[in-house]
Amino acid sequence: MKKTYGIEVDCAACAQKMEEAAKKVAGVVDATVSFMSQKMKVEFADDADHSAIMQDVVKACKAVEEDCEIYV
Amino acid sequence: MNKKQKKVFNRIIISIILLIALQILLHFVEVPVLLQFALYMIPYIVIGGDILKKAFHGITHGQVFDECFLMAVATVGAIILGLVTEGEEGGFLEGVAVMLFYQIGELFQSVAVGKSRKNITDLMDIRPDYANIENESGELEKVDPEDVSIGTIIVVKAGEKIPIDGIIREGTASLDTSALTGESMPVEKNPGDEVISGCVNITGLLKIETTREFGESTVSKILDMVENSSMKKSKSENFISKFARFYTPIVCCLALALALLPPIVLLIMSKEPMWGTWVIRALTFLVISCPCALVISIPLSFFGGIGAASSNGILVKGSNYLEALSETGIIAFDKTGTLTKGTFEVTKVSPAEGFTADDLVIYASIAERYSDHPIALSIKKFAEEGGLNSIEEITSDENIPGKGVRVKTVSNEIYAGNSALMESIGFTPISGVDFPGTVIHVACDGKYVGMILISDSLKPTSKKAIEALKASGIRRLVMLTGDRKESAESIADELGLSEYRAGLLPGDKVDEVEKLIADKKGKEKLAFVGDGINDAPVLSRADIGIAMGALGSDAAIESADIVLMDDDPARIALAMKISKKCLRIVRENIIFAIGIKVLCLLLGALGIANMWMAIFADVGVMVIAVLNAIRCLKIPKNA
Repeated sequence: MKKTYGIEVDCAACAQKMEEAAKKVAGVVDATVSFMSQKMKVEFADDADHSAIMQDVVKACKAVEEDCEIYV
Repeated sequence: MNKKQKKVFNRIIISIILLIALQILLHFVEVPVLLQFALYMIPYIVIGGDILKKAFHGITHGQVFDECFLMAVATVGAIILGLVTEGEEGGFLEGVAVMLFYQIGELFQSVAVGKSRKNITDLMDIRPDYANIENESGELEKVDPEDVSIGTIIVVKAGEKIPIDGIIREGTASLDTSALTGESMPVEKNPGDEVISGCVNITGLLKIETTREFGESTVSKILDMVENSSMKKSKSENFISKFARFYTPIVCCLALALALLPPIVLLIMSKEPMWGTWVIRALTFLVISCPCALVISIPLSFFGGIGAASSNGILVKGSNYLEALSETGIIAFDKTGTLTKGTFEVTKVSPAEGFTADDLVIYASIAERYSDHPIALSIKKFAEEGGLNSIEEITSDENIPGKGVRVKTVSNEIYAGNSALMESIGFTPISGVDFPGTVIHVACDGKYVGMILISDSLKPTSKKAIEALKASGIRRLVMLTGDRKESAESIADELGLSEYRAGLLPGDKVDEVEKLIADKKGKEKLAFVGDGINDAPVLSRADIGIAMGALGSDAAIESADIVLMDDDPARIALAMKISKKCLRIVRENIIFAIGIKVLCLLLGALGIANMWMAIFADVGVMVIAVLNAIRCLKIPKNA
């Protein structure tokens, strides 16, 4: 189960940080953040509740990069 | 500039003004150090407040080593040093200026990157905003393409984009497909023709019955692919992000060592420790060390390269494929539909003695008049083009299974078919085995009239494409085909290809590709080019699968890594050129940025480079690297 979300982030290094953070969230199999297309692609574990996981992802990303935005 | 950028811009202007005012004041008035410090803090907080906050946030959240941290430590360090030495070494001005230049650099980067992002997205501006539907009262209504269901009639006016794939029900028009294929020649479309979304209607009014939903339409698929392409990261990009992870902590440790070790050594040698000098060198070292030039310019280069390719009708599914393409050493081609047109044409007309070529064509076209076989169609087309259409009435028409046809007109009895047919009516025809293609023999009123050779012909750009690929350093070019050896040989000769494998079943093609993969040398990659219809297994087995003529073919878009929107083989060479240029720029940036950094770090450690040079090493290198990366957008010439 893969989903793509629009994001807003200011620098490539920040996008990198978000990617690292999102990957560590429980229930996330893989995550990629593209600074260039301002998109985040998240692969969820099977039959996981992605809206709940995404809340954790947002929290994790905000922790590493304060002024990032993820449009869930 | 967007809102955020404008805010930063204003802050930069305000702090510059404050800084200048402060310099003037200090020039004329003697101010005590503490008051100086307080005065310098105003522009410092204005320009660097958010950086300090971010650095603090980073430390409290376990993300210590980032560029905000580097900048905060360097500037705070410089200012404290100024305070301690009462404005003699390092000092307030340096601290504020470093922060100021850092912000200017960041702003520039953000604007430049935003601009090129926009440029690239404009290049791929094929997303339709609306679809026109006729409502009950016959008026046109604009609706969201996503809401249009299959089988709806949509209206596309001149100048509008076709929003959804479908079939023309009414109207004829010229379509501009350049946004999809890079081909500038308009295409004429008539009722009954299929049209794909993303084309622009140049003339005329079209009523189109949709055959797909918007999400399944060509335009959505392409947009999806291009937008997701930057998600598949190349080795260079992964290298940079790994590099950055180790780099920053290492640099911080080195800086700490630089601040502590030499003074301690000097102390042991009972000399003046010069703490101030070494601390300022360590701070300079920190400023230089920011890895942002690399972190920003490498993905930007790839994004630019992919954008340039897209605008030429070459869709690359990820920067990793763009990178792999530049390392290609072996290319395997499918023949039919890739190098050749995949349609049959009359390529040779050889009349027997006593007949002219025109006679032969006329008889053959009469014989094949009622047949819809591809071979019959190609003969009729050839006759039509040569003005050799006969209107002679056919009185009887008999199909001889596996052999050919027998046709009677008022004046003649004509046989047309293979050599078995000729033998059955008592002729020994010229053997056709040596010819590449299908041979049709014609006999009329008991006489052998001659033979017509029908074969697949080369695409006009194939030869040029092969030459260009050879020139670009591809080591092996191999043609794989299921066709007979004779056909393969003649096509290979014509193209100047030394290697070909003929008579392959689809499974054999995979085996051949395996063999070629085993022959790869070093980092070399193997690319396979096919028409994408029946080559899916091979496309996915090759390092890089290139599908061509893929407009509207889902299978190809799914299984290939690179999709050529039209079926021009010359695009392969162009794609190689773009990838090579892009990778060259990436390498330039890596070497340039790391090189300058290392040099400046050395100079900084030795005390030759001061804070001001450090700012250049950071901001200047980044600006140059970003500008260099933007060059990827330009399409290489003579392709």
